[in-house]
Amino acid sequence: MGSNSIVSNRRMPEKMNCFDLSPNSNSDSEAEEVHVLAVDDSLVDRKVIERLLKISSCKVTAVDSGWRALKLLGLSDDEEEDKSSSSSSDGFEGLKVDLIITDYWMPGMTGYELLKKIKESSSFREIPVVIMSSENVMTRIDRCLEEGAEEFIVKPVKLSDVTRLRDYYMATREIRSAGSGINVNKRKLQESF
Amino acid sequence: MERTRLRRQVALTRQSLFDQGFLDEQFIQLEDLQDDANPNFVEEVVTLYYRDSARLITNIEKALEKNSLDFNKLDGFMHQFKGSSSSIGAKKVKAECTLFREYCRAGNGEGCTRTFQQIKKEYATLKRKLEAYFQVVRQAGPAETACWPK
Repeated sequence: MGSNSIVSNRRMPEKMNCFDLSPNSNSDSEAEEVHVLAVDDSLVDRKVIERLLKISSCKVTAVDSGWRALKLLGLSDDEEEDKSSSSSSDGFEGLKVDLIITDYWMPGMTGYELLKKIKESSSFREIPVVIMSSENVMTRIDRCLEEGAEEFIVKPVKLSDVTRLRDYYMATREIRSAGSGINVNKRKLQESF
Repeated sequence: MERTRLRRQVALTRQSLFDQGFLDEQFIQLEDLQDDANPNFVEEVVTLYYRDSARLITNIEKALEKNSLDFNKLDGFMHQFKGSSSSIGAKKVKAECTLFREYCRAGNGEGCTRTFQQIKKEYATLKRKLEAYFQVVRQAGPAETACWPK
C-alpha cells in the first residue's frame, strides 16, 4: 500500500494526495521539522530550552518576551508605539511556527497574556501553546488550560518533556492537516507508536 | 595512565558534588544534552548562569539596603534567580532561595538579609567547585576519543 511513505505537510498541500515514494520521504527533512517558538526572559533557560529542542530535532526560534514573540509572528498591534520598527503590517510575512512554548512568569507580558492574544487571533489560534512554570499552582494550571494551552510543564524542563511534546505534536499535526477521512494517515500514526 | 587517572578524578569530583548536595538531577539533564558537536554545553550554561545572575545578586543587594523593604520586588528578583539556579541543578542555592522567598512572603526583612548572606556563600562555593571540576574535565580530554598531542 505504501502508506508508510506519505509526507503530510501543511506547507505543501499538493503532496497530501500523492504517495511520495522517494527514499528521503521518511527522513527528518526541513519540511518535516517541527518549528518551535520558545519564549523566556531568562537567558539561562533560553539556552537550555533551545538545546533541548534542537537535540529533539526541532527547529528553534528563541525570544525573550511576549512582545517580541507577537512581533515575529506578525501579530503585533502596537505599530504606533514602535515607530522604529522596520516591519510594517502591510505585506509583513510573519514567522511560521508549529508550536509555541512559553514561560509563564515574565515581566511585561506574562505567558498567560501571550496565550490569550494568540488564542484570540483568528490566524494564530490553531498554533498549540505550551506553558512552562517553576511553580506548580493548580489555579494557574487550570486557568492556562481553560484559555486553550495545550499543556503545562513544570520547570526545570527535562528532555523527556520535550520529546513527549514533539512526538505528540508530530502525531496530531497529521490529523490536523489531513482534515477528515484520510484513514491512511491514522494508520501511519498507529505504526509510529 | 595519566588519562585514566584524570578520568577517575573527574568521576570522583563529579560524584562528590552530588553526594555533598551541591548538585541535583537537573545537572545530569544538562550533561545528557552534550555530544561531540556540543562537548562543553554544561560548562557554557554554568558560565552563562554566573554571568547573568551577577546582576540579580546586585539588584537584590541594593534592594535589601533600602530603609523600607519592597518585598514584592525582592520576591520577583529571587523568583528569577531561583529559576536559573534550578535550571543548572544548583541544589543548595535553590534551597536557600526557597527560604528567602518564604521570608519575603512573611515580610521578615531580617530573615531575608540573613538568608541572602547564606545564598551568596553557597553561590560562591558552588562556583569554585564547578570551576575546579570543569578544569579537570578539560584536562582529562574528550571522553571517548583518544586525542594525544603530537
